[in-house]
Amino acid sequence: MRTRVPGPLRRRQQGRLAGGVAAGLSARTGIRANVIRIAFVLTSLPGGFGAAVYVLAWLLIPAEGEQTNIASRALADRRGIALTAAVASALALLLLIASLLNVAWVGSLSWPPVIALAGLVLVWRNASPEEVALLRQLGEPLVARRGHGGRSMIRLRAAIAVVLLVTGTGLVVSAHVNSMLFRPLTGVTMLIAAIIVLLGPWWLRIARDLLAERQARIRAEERADMASRVHDSVLQTLALIQRRAADPQQVVSLARAQERELRSWLFDGRPPGSLDGLATTVADGIRVIQQEVEAQHGIVVEAISVGDCDLDSDLNALLAAAREATVNAAKWSGASSVSLFAEVEPDAVSVFVRDRGRGFDPDAVPADRKGLAESVRARMARRGGSATIRSTPGQGTEVVLTMPRNVVPGSASQREPSSAP
Amino acid sequence: MTGSAAGANAAARPRVFIVDDHGLFRSGVRSELGDQVEVIGEADDVQPAIVGIADCEPDVVLLDVHLPGGGGQDVAAEITRSHPQVRFLALSASDAPEDVIAVIRAGARGYVTKTISGPELVDAIRRVAAGDAVFSPRLAGFVLDAFASVAPDQPVRPAFDPELDQLTPRERDVLRLIARGYTYKEIARELFISAKTVESHVSSVLRKLQLSTRHQLTRWAAERRLT
Repeated sequence: MRTRVPGPLRRRQQGRLAGGVAAGLSARTGIRANVIRIAFVLTSLPGGFGAAVYVLAWLLIPAEGEQTNIASRALADRRGIALTAAVASALALLLLIASLLNVAWVGSLSWPPVIALAGLVLVWRNASPEEVALLRQLGEPLVARRGHGGRSMIRLRAAIAVVLLVTGTGLVVSAHVNSMLFRPLTGVTMLIAAIIVLLGPWWLRIARDLLAERQARIRAEERADMASRVHDSVLQTLALIQRRAADPQQVVSLARAQERELRSWLFDGRPPGSLDGLATTVADGIRVIQQEVEAQHGIVVEAISVGDCDLDSDLNALLAAAREATVNAAKWSGASSVSLFAEVEPDAVSVFVRDRGRGFDPDAVPADRKGLAESVRARMARRGGSATIRSTPGQGTEVVLTMPRNVVPGSASQREPSSAP
Repeated sequence: MTGSAAGANAAARPRVFIVDDHGLFRSGVRSELGDQVEVIGEADDVQPAIVGIADCEPDVVLLDVHLPGGGGQDVAAEITRSHPQVRFLALSASDAPEDVIAVIRAGARGYVTKTISGPELVDAIRRVAAGDAVFSPRLAGFVLDAFASVAPDQPVRPAFDPELDQLTPRERDVLRLIARGYTYKEIARELFISAKTVESHVSSVLRKLQLSTRHQLTRWAAERRLT
């Protein structure tokens, strides 16, 4: 998020991890949110300084859309202040004892953690419900209120963790006295084990949730995709059939085309709708355009292809242009049918789209149609092809598209019998 | 001569026999043709069609490519042998090229799809009655495809007859324009030739299609069936 948002500094809801402080700063300064987050973490490592600043910012900066900050609300919260004082004093006491015992690394954790913890208590008691929920989620590994194992499991885990923690800490501390190598190692291992015992199940659950969520999303996407395909094909056809109920011949041809499409979707796995992936050759692509335009615009497309070859990106562009020209004819010409003819020759592929509709004067084209003609032309030109549009008012229009082929010598892509049987 | 009188009559108001297994379609065609032509009989299968056509000797038979008791080509082949003056116009919703080519090779003088409009169908019937060939865009495409398989640099095989087995560049041009949806008149204008010349090109293609013994025609059909 590099875009700078003007206005006063606010904690942002969008893209936040905890309080939205980093996201807010990022929006205000244009610095990446992750850079700010890393800075907070790095400054927290030595003595918890960064964490204290973060929590204070959380307390003092109002959230987006709120007028007051949490600190001003916390002033009215007597019990909260009392609790904060209790926690802070307990922690301060602990620190004091640690410094008395002359344990250097505990001593380095002096005031910032106290401030951070106390601040968090205030935030937790006074923030908006939504933020409390977020905080609870962040603190869940330690509280483990929604764990799968039930209360006794949590107690067991906590007990094991405490034992490991105490032993580990003891070993690390005593290492100073004994300066034996294996003891600090064992201690560190036990500390890590404690963390794993405490947090492991939570990590696992998060991984599982993520996986389940992703699968659900994939399923939802598939369903949406299916729905849009069914809509584009079957539902469109059913609507057309209702409108054309008086014309049995057309109803039959609509139904037949739809049946063919549905079969090729269900049994050959060719999805209706888009050209991508469902047509691998020029003739296939022409057939797809025919079915699509017939279904969507209720016009007869007389599609003919001579010769065939595999599609490459150039030929895909050719077909896209042909499709656009066909749709254009279906929409604007007023004719009841469009001729779509594709011919694959050894050195080029040509597509002709012709209608006998009202036609137009190329010099007096309305801007929207001209735009389309240009887009067809530009699309062809980018790939080294050409597009010619001939139109006479009252007699119809013909679009001629030609794309040179990148022929690989001796390739089997051109389907032509080349030897005697 | 009665023959010329019959021909003139055929051009004005041809006598038509309809062969199709769908009753609904037959009555649809009948009503679309209106009084432009004289519908003198109908049949819904191969055997009744052969009997009926031999009985009333129409000018033009509208022949469905697919029939329950076999293909339309059986009817065309049988009648062409016994009554060569009866002309066939294949009419089908089926798009299988091999079936269409088979009916043409059995003697039909043209092929149009069932999506054709009433006036166009009347026009096609008149043309066939007058002895011309009627190529719909689809048939033109099929034929181009079938004949496209002979590359010029290919070694000439013993059975290869250039007169019959290859299209001239002009015939190709004409077929291409038909496939693009041009009428004969428009083709004539486009190629700076007369409409009569266009017709003679088309007839010549039809002749090649019917008489060519090329393996490719069958081979091509077989390949198309696979794809």
